[in-house]
Amino acid sequence: MARASLSREGIEVHRFSWLVSIAVPLFALFLQASVPLRFPSFAIFDLPLLVTIFFAVARRNQIVGTVTGCVIGLAQDSLTHQPIGLFGIAKTFVGYAASSIGVRIDVENPGSRLIMTFAFYLLHGAIYQVVARSMAQLPVEWNWGSALGAAFANAFLAVILFFLLDRFKQRAR
Amino acid sequence: MENFFIRYRNETVLVAILFAQVIGLATQVRVPKPGAEPGQSSRLIRVWAVNMVTPFQKLFVYTGSGLRSVFSNYIDLRNVREQNQELQKQLDQIRLEKASLQQEVDQARRLQALLDFKQTYIAKTLAAQVIGTSGTDLSRVIYIDRGTNDGVAAGMAVITPDGIVGKVSRADRRTSQVLLISDPSSGAGVLLERQRLNGVLKGSASGVPVIQNVMIGENIEVGDSVITTGGDRVFPKGLKVGTVTHVAPDPEHDPFLAIKVKPAADLSRLEEVLVVTELGERLPAVAEEEKPRTASEMLAQRLPSVKKKVEEAPAAGSTARPQATPQKPATNPTPAKPTPPPEERPQ
Repeated sequence: MARASLSREGIEVHRFSWLVSIAVPLFALFLQASVPLRFPSFAIFDLPLLVTIFFAVARRNQIVGTVTGCVIGLAQDSLTHQPIGLFGIAKTFVGYAASSIGVRIDVENPGSRLIMTFAFYLLHGAIYQVVARSMAQLPVEWNWGSALGAAFANAFLAVILFFLLDRFKQRAR
Repeated sequence: MENFFIRYRNETVLVAILFAQVIGLATQVRVPKPGAEPGQSSRLIRVWAVNMVTPFQKLFVYTGSGLRSVFSNYIDLRNVREQNQELQKQLDQIRLEKASLQQEVDQARRLQALLDFKQTYIAKTLAAQVIGTSGTDLSRVIYIDRGTNDGVAAGMAVITPDGIVGKVSRADRRTSQVLLISDPSSGAGVLLERQRLNGVLKGSASGVPVIQNVMIGENIEVGDSVITTGGDRVFPKGLKVGTVTHVAPDPEHDPFLAIKVKPAADLSRLEEVLVVTELGERLPAVAEEEKPRTASEMLAQRLPSVKKKVEEAPAAGSTARPQATPQKPATNPTPAKPTPPPEERPQ
């Protein structure tokens, strides 16, 4: 408890209105499911993951980050034909890890956001692969080239997206 | 103990949520009971999520289609006369080709009749608009704007005039999920048209469908055409699947080839599809038409007033001679061609 209090000193904690908390993840899911119809290469992005990272880092609360990742991941699972829980587990981890990092360091500048999103994208992919292979016995492939490329693309998009989403932040303390 | 949970509250919540999801996942991936519908345990959460997203998707797609049709209608009208003349020429050419092919079709039907061969044909289709995807390449599914209210059910084939697309994996009331042939969990019975070789088309993680179960040593070439066999009881026989793009030994299944196929339908840019809501099965028309008939039956058909007399005096029927060729059947359903008429169009 003392550790958490110390780590939060000097770092802003934000909150969001309930409308933003619901509408932004829902809009991200909608875009993720709709845009690849016209632009198939858009599927390289993972907007629900970026939204999970953003909310988790901004709120700097590990429980809220964990729950946010879980809910967004399960909703994303529901749109696939695969067992529900694959994206849920991966995003639960990412939500927890992102909020843990948010507690300790300042991740407001574009450089740290770029690196953080790049790392979380790879972590998310790795957890998904492990769960999909070991538990669901799904034939998933891991290609380092495409994984790194997608991580870079998502990291660059995150810098822009987070800048836009910053407008919805409300200072909590 | 209480202090432990308070001190490690965050970690406890994380573990609890992960544990719940792992249990839920294990429940879904267990071997289903015979006759049980797959995915039943997670149906509610799927319905909620789909119902939250699909209304916006429909609005997005319909608005986009409306705007595009306004522009495209204007542009189309500009060259319509030249296009009309060109199409008329093509139609004349097709009519000539059709006439020359008709004889071969008749002969094939006679041979099929001899073998008591039943044809599967598309009896009814339903046009549907593609409104969304899963949003990830890890699950190659699309969503269409037709569901159980429109007669769609799980397991129905989904096609376009270009070729097969996939099958309905889940049908809700107003929308349905379609599993594409490029997904690793999909499968279809296919035939290499030139060699008359049967195989199984499976999707792959990379999204390129692959034909399995074809032995090394078969003469398969790039560009060979692939059609459906109808053996999978999902897709009717003879629909276009695609063309062979790559042939190599399958490293995971040693004596077999891995034949990559480019789907005939552009799976990445689907806009409208047809759901095969009803399949029919019948003997070829010629078989029914040319079964042996006696002269008295033929006479009775052409001259109903004579019927009674013929029946009363069968011995005298030998004097009655048929004067004309047998009558053609009135209707002839299209056998396994991907050209079904769209009964309903999405508005």
